[in-house]
Amino acid sequence: MLDGGIGTATKRREDVRFLMGRGKYTDDHTPAGTCYAAFARSDMAHGRIVSIDAAAAEGMPGVLAVFTGADFADVGSNPAGWLINSRDGTPMYEPKRPVLAHGKVRHVGDAYAAVIAETREQAMDAVEALEVEIEPLDAVVDMAAALADGDNRVHDDLPGNQCFDWGWIEDNREATAAAIEAAPHVTTLELVNNRLVPNAIEPRCSIGEYDPGTGDYKLTTTSQNPHLTRLLISAFVLGIPENKLTVIGPDVGGGFGSKIYHYGEEALVLSAAKRLGRPVKWTATRSEAFLTDAHGRDHVTRIELACETDGTFIAFRTETMANVGAYLSNFSTATPTFLHGTLMAGNYTVPNVYVNVKAVFTNTAPVDAYRGAGRPEATYSLERVIDKCARELGIDPIAIRRKNFIQPDQYPYASAAGLEYDSGNYDALMDVLERRADLAGFEGRRAESERRGKLRGLGINSYIEACGIAPSNLVGQLGSRVGLYDAATVRVNATGNISVMVGAHSHGQGHETAFPQIVADMLGVDPATIEIVHGDTSKIPFGMGTYGSRSLAVCGSAVHRATEKVIVKARKIAAHMMSVSADDVDFADGQFSVPGTNKFVAWGDVALKAYIPHDFPLEEIEPGLEETAFYDPANFTYPSGAYACEVEVDPETGVVDVVSMVAADDFGNVVNPLIVTGQVQGGLAQGIGQALLEQTTYDADGQLLSASYMDYAMPRADDLPTLVVDHSSVTECTHNPLGVKGCGEAGAIGSPPTVVNAVIDALARGGHDVAHIDMPLTPVRVWTALQQA
Amino acid sequence: MPEISMRVNGTDRTVRVENRTLLVHALRDGLRLTGTHVGCDTSQCGACTIHVDGAPVKACSMLAVEADGAEVETIEGQAMSDGSLNTIQQAFQDHHGLQCGFCTPGMVMATAALLRENPKPGDAEIRHALKGNICRCTGYQGIVNAILAASGQPVPAAMDSEPAPVAAE
Amino acid sequence: MYDFDFANPATLDEAVAALGRGDAQALAGGQTYLPALRQRLAAPDTIVSLKRVEGLSDIEATVDTLRIGAMATHARIARETADRFPALSRLAGNIGDMAVRSRGTLGGSLANNDPSACYPAMALATGATIHTNARDIAAEDFFRGMFETALDDGEIITAVTVPVAQAAHYEKFVQRASRFALVGVFAARYPDGARVAVTGASSGGVFRWTEAEERLSDRFEASALDGLTIAPDDMIEDLHATKPYRAHLVSVMTRRAVEHA
Repeated sequence: MLDGGIGTATKRREDVRFLMGRGKYTDDHTPAGTCYAAFARSDMAHGRIVSIDAAAAEGMPGVLAVFTGADFADVGSNPAGWLINSRDGTPMYEPKRPVLAHGKVRHVGDAYAAVIAETREQAMDAVEALEVEIEPLDAVVDMAAALADGDNRVHDDLPGNQCFDWGWIEDNREATAAAIEAAPHVTTLELVNNRLVPNAIEPRCSIGEYDPGTGDYKLTTTSQNPHLTRLLISAFVLGIPENKLTVIGPDVGGGFGSKIYHYGEEALVLSAAKRLGRPVKWTATRSEAFLTDAHGRDHVTRIELACETDGTFIAFRTETMANVGAYLSNFSTATPTFLHGTLMAGNYTVPNVYVNVKAVFTNTAPVDAYRGAGRPEATYSLERVIDKCARELGIDPIAIRRKNFIQPDQYPYASAAGLEYDSGNYDALMDVLERRADLAGFEGRRAESERRGKLRGLGINSYIEACGIAPSNLVGQLGSRVGLYDAATVRVNATGNISVMVGAHSHGQGHETAFPQIVADMLGVDPATIEIVHGDTSKIPFGMGTYGSRSLAVCGSAVHRATEKVIVKARKIAAHMMSVSADDVDFADGQFSVPGTNKFVAWGDVALKAYIPHDFPLEEIEPGLEETAFYDPANFTYPSGAYACEVEVDPETGVVDVVSMVAADDFGNVVNPLIVTGQVQGGLAQGIGQALLEQTTYDADGQLLSASYMDYAMPRADDLPTLVVDHSSVTECTHNPLGVKGCGEAGAIGSPPTVVNAVIDALARGGHDVAHIDMPLTPVRVWTALQQA
Repeated sequence: MPEISMRVNGTDRTVRVENRTLLVHALRDGLRLTGTHVGCDTSQCGACTIHVDGAPVKACSMLAVEADGAEVETIEGQAMSDGSLNTIQQAFQDHHGLQCGFCTPGMVMATAALLRENPKPGDAEIRHALKGNICRCTGYQGIVNAILAASGQPVPAAMDSEPAPVAAE
Repeated sequence: MYDFDFANPATLDEAVAALGRGDAQALAGGQTYLPALRQRLAAPDTIVSLKRVEGLSDIEATVDTLRIGAMATHARIARETADRFPALSRLAGNIGDMAVRSRGTLGGSLANNDPSACYPAMALATGATIHTNARDIAAEDFFRGMFETALDDGEIITAVTVPVAQAAHYEKFVQRASRFALVGVFAARYPDGARVAVTGASSGGVFRWTEAEERLSDRFEASALDGLTIAPDDMIEDLHATKPYRAHLVSVMTRRAVEHA
């Protein structure tokens, strides 16, 4: 292993600028002449815009322009990226998603006008001077009511508010029903996967610029995928040619999904910059973030598990209502379907799986992918119902899972939910977990808790996820309107150092440190000589960005492929320099040599030669040393894991304290263990937050009650235990060149059911018969359940 | 518009502000010290934590005019005089105490304030002291480890699947 | 936020005069008020900072009281009352977070009378006296329901005199988002009896739980409270707790406060 290459826990180089306060986030950029946008946002969930009179606002100090929905009535719509067909074959309902609301406002926070002024405060002052009449309409909030009510419509031409009614796999519907009907035991569970607000700590921010001399636009924005944003703006919303629009995602302060999507504010600042000939900046307040960032989860589910009396699984059937909010955000239709239904077989050899998902429009903020995106919903439903089943049958929760695990000799394994798993070893993960979590010592710890008046419980979970999103061929069949490959360019400079332009975007994932480890490992050079360039459409070849635990598996593989091409070319140059055939040249440890001779040339000499080609046979070797690769994976990757959590419940108050959390994951090969551990720990915190703290509540009028950190409980340091992470159990991905699977979402997928299982276990051990409590398991919910038990 | 004077990271600075200008905006927009970040509007996330007259303060919850005459320290003034990371900053890098880096300046400033009051805080004391600083990325484990290390205390044993970190490139 | 004039008086008289002009608002530590201004929830003509006013931050001890300047920060109170009144010190040291504690003040908190704030429970349970530029007000008479106090317009709290208890403890059940008290109970024992004050729970704001006080005055032990409950009718119901749950917490936190006193 090269020192600093693949597998090395290299400290992150990007940390230095962040630790010195020299990161450059979007809001840290203020081009000369910048003016500021503020948005007029609906304070009612549903209403008809009668009139907007901007005259007074336009006369306010510093005001430069006012935009309303009418200004964008003729431009395109921000589209959904996946077309989902209903069970009856009809395509989903896809409403127009305008830059600014026009005709109707459809959720609290929906922007219907924008003011541009010299300062942010002046813009906000002028927003308040807009004279607006909006006729209030009844809000559609509850999903079941939305489906049942034909009159109350989020979109006027859609009675019943149903976006689609999707079946997966529809051909399995009857067989699954028959299997459940005939099964000796059926466990049923109704549960809610609670709506979450992503809450990247950096609020969204966008700066639009326009150069009237060239007609070039530039958008600097908080994006996880600048190329995708450029594509959406160019092809769908504003029609700016891609070669006239540069999108830059500079340092970005976390995303977790919420910064994948194109939002109307981005189109607004670009349009305003053109009209005014000045840079226009908008920075969200946290309140705006709560109201308008795409939220996550929000499923209401009924799941049935049919099994033999010995716990052998026969069938899983899921009926889910998935909230998509008022408009379709870019991934919103994929999240509850192909990122959820396809995972409903879990790690198990169950023969029958059927999933039905009804997506529902409501007068709430759009809902889309949030860390894990569909897979946490699948894992939560499945692992909760398995736990309930084990309890009903009196089977140990680990034993029932082991009994049904797909075995290592069964790969590739075609799951009953339509995916082909390439590798895994779930028993090995469970072995690691039992050791790391000291499950043998649990009873002693429980007795000690009991002496202090606390109920201690143990929660177990195993999960599988589909990552490395995604094989274009497969997702195309599933309805994706884009391909999901990625790209990289490896440019060897004349002096031998290397620039690598990658399509993945790093906003906490450490690409600037990890990607050089791959190239260094392959070239045998010092990683310090390799720089990563990302986040700027004018500098990188292309890219579909960072989400779905895809950066390493997809973009990292593109880096690998491009580096391979560089080696091929460098070998040719080296052969020319040594006057031998390329086939005779070996490359190792940064040196080209001819075995059996004393001929060699060093890496740096080859790089220099590539740019000083005085004697090149130009018909055989072009000057320069730079290669690009687009990598499209053959399949998803399938990380998996086994998690354990211990909680203490205070039976008097219902307070749940997570006292331990252990994650054993199989991510395939690991490039930088330090970064991987951090990724898992972060995911665990978000999962524990979902399980215990984070509650997004709209009232019946569609007002968001949990609209600030005063009411939305973010996990803080004192809410969390020491987070133990183990990724020593490895089965390699069989289809990408690095053998990697992806680690970014695992913690957020695996932890929520683990925590809930632990709480139910604690209550049961304390003699309280509570089958289920919906997340978040706040003290009042646990206490109330105890009163009713 | 009033003009205020502050000693910022050891240098006397003056900046013109409105009465309503928050200290954080005077620093960011007025003095171009953009290392101090704004993450919320309810004084809770702590991304804007700085020191005013030696005490940790959320720069979003203080008017700039209230800082007239004050001694202000921000993240930009924390590195050693030779430009290298100070003990706390280095510990954050060593123990992966940051990911996206947005909350990090506030975390570093909060840590400096904590260690001034309590040079050897335990795990629970560290977590208590960080209540006012929200990180969405790390799960706080790397941060707690970094603070233990920065205060010369042992860090919980590294995960046994994981070799010890090596120097950054 | 909306713009305003800013007054930075050096004396109490100047501050009182500044507050008398138009729609003026006193600014203490600003940890509640500035976020409210940022969200445009208030629009005063003038902000009168009390930071520079002399003599408002001192903490003085007598034989059986502490006199705490209104502008003493939570951090300073935590630090300087640890020996004389550890229950108060711990209460102050658990408000908000480190940075909030270096700005937020006792006087600001009392004047705001947030129904979930900690100090009102302390003031009521200790029988504190609130001193203003104009008069002395017993805590009993000071709190008038959520965000309402006996303060007149322009009246400034200057100090609070707190009788030191023989034994006391503040038990706070935190609301996990805001870290304010979902329910907080300050229980204190004095030679003439026990006092119990509850914050966070009631829609009427901070209150004394006299039934608990009667039992504890006989015997200041947790077991004296056995079987004692409080009716849920007047409790707050919100996102974070139901009325019955808050009522239940009042009993539990009271017992725990006595146990730890």
